[in-house]
Amino acid sequence: MLAFQLALRNLLGAGLRTWLNVIVLSFAFIIIIWLKGLLEGWDRQAKNDMINWEIGTGQFWHVSYDPFDPFTLSDSHGTIPDVLTDSVNSGSLVPVLISQGTIYPNGRMQSVLIKGISPEQEVLALPSSKLKSDGVDIPAIIGKSMAESTQLKEGEYVTVRWRDKNGTFDATEIRIAAIFETNVPTVDVGQVWLSIDKVREMMLLPGEATLLITNGEGWQSTDTDEWVFKDQETLLSDIENIIKAKSFVGIIIWAILLMMAMLAVFDTQVLSIFRRQKEIGTYVALGMTRGQVVKLFTIEGAMHSVLAALVAAVYGIPLLALQAIRGISIPVESKDFGIAMAAKLYPVYSLALISGTIIIVLLVTTIVSYWPSRKIARLNPTEALRGRIQ
Amino acid sequence: MKKIMTLFLIGFGTLQAQLPDGKQILDRIDQNLSSENRVFSSSMIIHGRRATSTVRSKTWTAGQNKSFTEYLFPVREQGTKMLKLEEQLWIYSPSADRIIQIAGHMLRQSVMGSDLSYEDLMEDNKLTDQYNAKITGSEIVDGHNCWVIELTAFVPEIAYQEQKLWVDQERNIPLREEMYAKSGTLLKKTELSDIQRINGRWYPKKIVFKDMLKEGTGTEFIIEEIEFNIPIPEYIFSKASLKK
Repeated sequence: MLAFQLALRNLLGAGLRTWLNVIVLSFAFIIIIWLKGLLEGWDRQAKNDMINWEIGTGQFWHVSYDPFDPFTLSDSHGTIPDVLTDSVNSGSLVPVLISQGTIYPNGRMQSVLIKGISPEQEVLALPSSKLKSDGVDIPAIIGKSMAESTQLKEGEYVTVRWRDKNGTFDATEIRIAAIFETNVPTVDVGQVWLSIDKVREMMLLPGEATLLITNGEGWQSTDTDEWVFKDQETLLSDIENIIKAKSFVGIIIWAILLMMAMLAVFDTQVLSIFRRQKEIGTYVALGMTRGQVVKLFTIEGAMHSVLAALVAAVYGIPLLALQAIRGISIPVESKDFGIAMAAKLYPVYSLALISGTIIIVLLVTTIVSYWPSRKIARLNPTEALRGRIQ
Repeated sequence: MKKIMTLFLIGFGTLQAQLPDGKQILDRIDQNLSSENRVFSSSMIIHGRRATSTVRSKTWTAGQNKSFTEYLFPVREQGTKMLKLEEQLWIYSPSADRIIQIAGHMLRQSVMGSDLSYEDLMEDNKLTDQYNAKITGSEIVDGHNCWVIELTAFVPEIAYQEQKLWVDQERNIPLREEMYAKSGTLLKKTELSDIQRINGRWYPKKIVFKDMLKEGTGTEFIIEEIEFNIPIPEYIFSKASLKK
């Protein structure tokens, strides 16, 4: 306890030098927590959005389906196996049929993916109920990004051209029944959603699908080779990898900041031991062992991080809380990345993140403080008392 | 009254007798346009929304399944080669010095932003093998008397279910073509002109393709030189020739 009291008194006594170190270290605290919180918030938001808008709890893919190879689309469809038909009828499996096509908004030609989904489905957040047709026209829904790039508005008609399973061209007009707003570009950019029955009719593929979106847990691959089950973890792995890559950049920034703060602490420690040799000699003369003196100086150095945590809390808590509530606006261009990212990100600061950061910084500061303090163990106390530099 | 009816029936019968058989006309068109093989140099003038660009190439085609094209202009496309064998397509890009195989569906994509697909450029299918023809009348196109013929596909795997042709009655070559979707929507229009006599057959040296759903003036396809039924070495249609 004496060591802690002495260390605190010495630290406060050092005045500006201590506070400079503490402030630099507090910046490191705040930035580490902010960066990690931001990535955690993005991770949570992206995964939730993808589950709600695109992947459900998992998907059955037709064996030929490869979302990264549009040229395989015309072969990636098949009849829904008997074992899954009941689940489709009960609504716990939502079939989607995907095909390539072209739309002609305002006389311009644009390639699109034509996706068919049941208007009755309730697994995805898509406003598919708008796809119910009254028989007069063919309703379609598109995302906001798609609407912006094609300049299509609700209620407008646009010509769509496609080739059926035989490769024969066909064309018709569709009505934009609704424009939805989503953070998931993979259900928005370059896509037109129609009723699955209509798409099956257009493609001459009755009863077929490209993928089946699952609702609820406990799904697994069927015995047929034609359909492969992809669980949520697999389907979210892309976004997870992107966030991991971003986390790595965050770690580098974090390491640089921490290193700068540690350099300051290290420098202070070296200078203290050099300038306070008489004091060290006095401690030993008064009966302290060398180990106790080393401990005192180590605690003194490590207490920088305790003070930094307190200072960071004073200005950091309101600042970080404000961002968590109001969110951080992301530039419009980020929508073009092709990954799920909301216009505003809300950082999430978990208890584990805050306590973990404090423990890491405290540990590193303690090690950095101990390193130069080892020299004390080699000091000759009489020489130290005389103030002779050793 | 009987006389009038008799005269009407005779007149109608004479008109029917004057109309040739649609299949015969398609056969004559095929004789003009189709060949065992052909080698041609062409220019494709693509009229975009903002600019016009020209692509020059040389193509070797044998039957319906073998085709090889080398791009000569513009400079950034120079040396690019494409080989089509059956449903497979390979592209060689000199800048990357790599041969890339592309799925058969690529054949349906537009060539360099034009109104033509690779299929349009690289295939030479006979009309008689794909369509039934019905003559619906006659019209004058560019000063030439033409039969108006409606084609309906009898094979399932075909790009256009229906076509309408205006066929020059003297030269047996279409001067205008319209391609329709199954729904009856007009998708594409072609105008064939500069008809010349080449190796005993009539052949159009200029074709204007127009995607009717798209704005713009279409794509001009100009045949600069063409030879029919000449010996083409087999190595031309091999992957090795892509890198040569």
